[in-house]
Amino acid sequence: MIRLLAAVIASVWMTISFQAAAQTPPNVLVVGQIAEPKSLDPHAVTAVNDFRILVNIYDGLVRYKDGTLEVEPSLAESWDISEDGKTYTFKLRAGVTFHDGTPFNAEAVKFNFDRMLDESHPFHDTGPFPLSFFFSAVDEVTAVDESTVEFKLSEPYAPFLSNLAYPTGLIVSPEAVKQHGKDFGRNPVGTGAYKFEGWDPNAKVVVSRNEAYWDDAAPLEAVIFRPITDANTRIAEMLSGGLDIMVEVPPDSLQQFRGDDQFTVHEQAGPHVWFLILNTKEGPFANKAVRQAANYAINKTALVENILQGTAEVASSPTPPAFAWAYNETLEPYPYDPEKAKALLEEAGYNGEELTFYVTEGGSGMLDPVAMGTAIQADLQAVGMKVKIETYEWNTFLGKVNPGLEGKADMAEMAWMTNDPDTLPFLALRSEAFPDKGGFNSGYYANEKVDELLNKARQVTDQSERAKLYKQMQEIVYEDAPWVFVANWKQNAVTSSRVENFKLQPSFFLMLQDVAKP
Amino acid sequence: MAAYILKRLVAAIPVLFGLTIIVFLIMAMIPGDTATAILGSYATPENVEKLNRDLGLDKSLPQQYLIWLGNLLQGDLGRSYSLNRPVLDEVVERFSATMILAGTSLVLCSIFGLLAGVMSAVRQFGWTDKIVTFFVLIGISTPSFWLGLLLILAFAVKLRLFPASGMFAIYGGGDLPDLIHHLVLPALTLSVVATGVIARLTRTSMLEVLRQDYIRTARAKGLAERKVIAKHAFKAALVSVIPVIGIQAGFVMGGAVYIETVFQWPGIGSMLVTAISTRDLLLVQGGVLFVAAAYVLFNLAADIVQTMLDPRLR
Repeated sequence: MIRLLAAVIASVWMTISFQAAAQTPPNVLVVGQIAEPKSLDPHAVTAVNDFRILVNIYDGLVRYKDGTLEVEPSLAESWDISEDGKTYTFKLRAGVTFHDGTPFNAEAVKFNFDRMLDESHPFHDTGPFPLSFFFSAVDEVTAVDESTVEFKLSEPYAPFLSNLAYPTGLIVSPEAVKQHGKDFGRNPVGTGAYKFEGWDPNAKVVVSRNEAYWDDAAPLEAVIFRPITDANTRIAEMLSGGLDIMVEVPPDSLQQFRGDDQFTVHEQAGPHVWFLILNTKEGPFANKAVRQAANYAINKTALVENILQGTAEVASSPTPPAFAWAYNETLEPYPYDPEKAKALLEEAGYNGEELTFYVTEGGSGMLDPVAMGTAIQADLQAVGMKVKIETYEWNTFLGKVNPGLEGKADMAEMAWMTNDPDTLPFLALRSEAFPDKGGFNSGYYANEKVDELLNKARQVTDQSERAKLYKQMQEIVYEDAPWVFVANWKQNAVTSSRVENFKLQPSFFLMLQDVAKP
Repeated sequence: MAAYILKRLVAAIPVLFGLTIIVFLIMAMIPGDTATAILGSYATPENVEKLNRDLGLDKSLPQQYLIWLGNLLQGDLGRSYSLNRPVLDEVVERFSATMILAGTSLVLCSIFGLLAGVMSAVRQFGWTDKIVTFFVLIGISTPSFWLGLLLILAFAVKLRLFPASGMFAIYGGGDLPDLIHHLVLPALTLSVVATGVIARLTRTSMLEVLRQDYIRTARAKGLAERKVIAKHAFKAALVSVIPVIGIQAGFVMGGAVYIETVFQWPGIGSMLVTAISTRDLLLVQGGVLFVAAAYVLFNLAADIVQTMLDPRLR
């Protein structure tokens, strides 16, 4: 009996053991993703995890220039903006076809935007399209001729171009949408450097090189995206050779990869800002001196270095430095100065009232919110501010914070990742963006000058003009301190030493067009 | 027998029905809604309202439930918001993966548990008993997700004998040896606790039987010890072990939630976790319905086997 069992085990072992040693083959790149993609229809998704695949299958009219957040031509070769900033005319690249062989032209562009924006469009029901409000300023899209398309906006809207560079602006094949309907998201067809091969649910998405790519075919033959939700498992796969690239490496493990020549660690600061919303309407934070005191009292360098272990940088203002053209470099982060904080509190007449602090357990871009919340509580305590933490699960947390903090809390954690320097301040710092008006200004910050600057920045289309307005806005917000500006997250990734030409982008998209793995 | 099975199956229907209502109510009670989960930081009241309308979530709760129930009776479990595909497709795929994992673990823990239990009962207070009891205690006390990580570190990262995660190789593979290769670590991890429970119970049950008069009679009439143990004692002891194996089947499926996450096994446990965090009600409903039905069936199967073993229960 035992001999028989041994024989069975030995034979099973022989059959399987030669398959071991998980080395990935040359010219095929295996990417460790953090979750199963929801859909590969770029207009239907909201998660960065999905964007990482999409930007390799599709192109937009414009895209971010390598290493920046500035737009450059992609499927559109050039464009004109009318004097009043309300008409954008794009000249399209000729001779481009979708992976299914159908031509890319002005009609295709019109189809893409009409499907998202026009509720009576025959294929509007292939949605929903949660981020279509990025293009809510678009009144009408007209195919002027085969290679010219015109967008009429209802009002001047300067972030329009960078919204087109966002995945919501990627161009899908109209024929494929007509053919697959609601299942287009599982049968994606674009014009990008890689064409879709297959999706094995919960195991992998495979894309292969588009030999006819207009912008030079990619060196890789194929890319395989694997969803691995558990970070420890993702690390184990990376270490055992089952992955070539992994993204979102936990800070603890980054050190381990740094010390090993088989791996390369990549880091790139992105358009992300982690901050505390302060309730400027009521309670101690209605006083500017108390808000500034909180900015001085919190040791942001310690947060970034000890809790986040160097995976973020200290933030100085509501605009992250990744928006290089709009970022005000003259602003230095509030220094850690508990004495100054105490003096400001005394001057403001703060009498030790208890502050309620909303902390979340997790959530998109929130980094390590519980540990950070606790450290912030300790720093504030040290200057005499009594803080009571209330912790909520992410969805519940949003449900509490987004409707406004009035009557509930004095401060709340928050983080945003955006694609244009306009988005966050416009949605969260204007007096027109109070929660009851449909915005995210949950701390009720109001400054007429800021309102004016932000409204004006949307109207001017010249980038250097816009930059001036944003820089002024940052100075005022810095001084008013409606938030505690804490951190700008650095995105990270680890690649195996076989991977060449890999670069992280400030947009946080995973561009694999030039990556090689001989 | 057939009438008994039918009666039990019919009795399961109200259980499942009540369960769907409970799940529906719980999902409605937990704060946050689907649209907020999808939109994340862009969840303005305006955007949330529009998306809820597009998703058909603006209807009243009883209305939503009745629509779901009506569709269910026609074999349609609806469409998942978060995965953008029919719930039935996803649940069937995931459920099969869990069944492969849980089924293998159940077989493993039954074999090892029964073997260990019998061995230690037969050699009560001997060295075999002491060693087996020691390992059983360790097995019961080990958190399985932790054990899973340790096994990955040892066998996947260091020794590279088994893959760290997944159900099939990412390229090539896809056949039975490939599946077995991927199954070894998660199935072992998942079976450890249940093995301990079954071993303990088998030991107690065997000890009780071995003291019975008819065992003494069997020995007295000169039957070989192996026959006494295998034919007389073990069969009698099994009667009280079988229902516990049925209950363990439920625990194994519950434990699969962690193990599937650790090993990235594409099963229904990890699906439910994601579905709840994205507030994907229809996906949760579909998944829970399948798991509950499986639980009912496992217990029914255990009862039937028990009835067959023990004539007194008929």
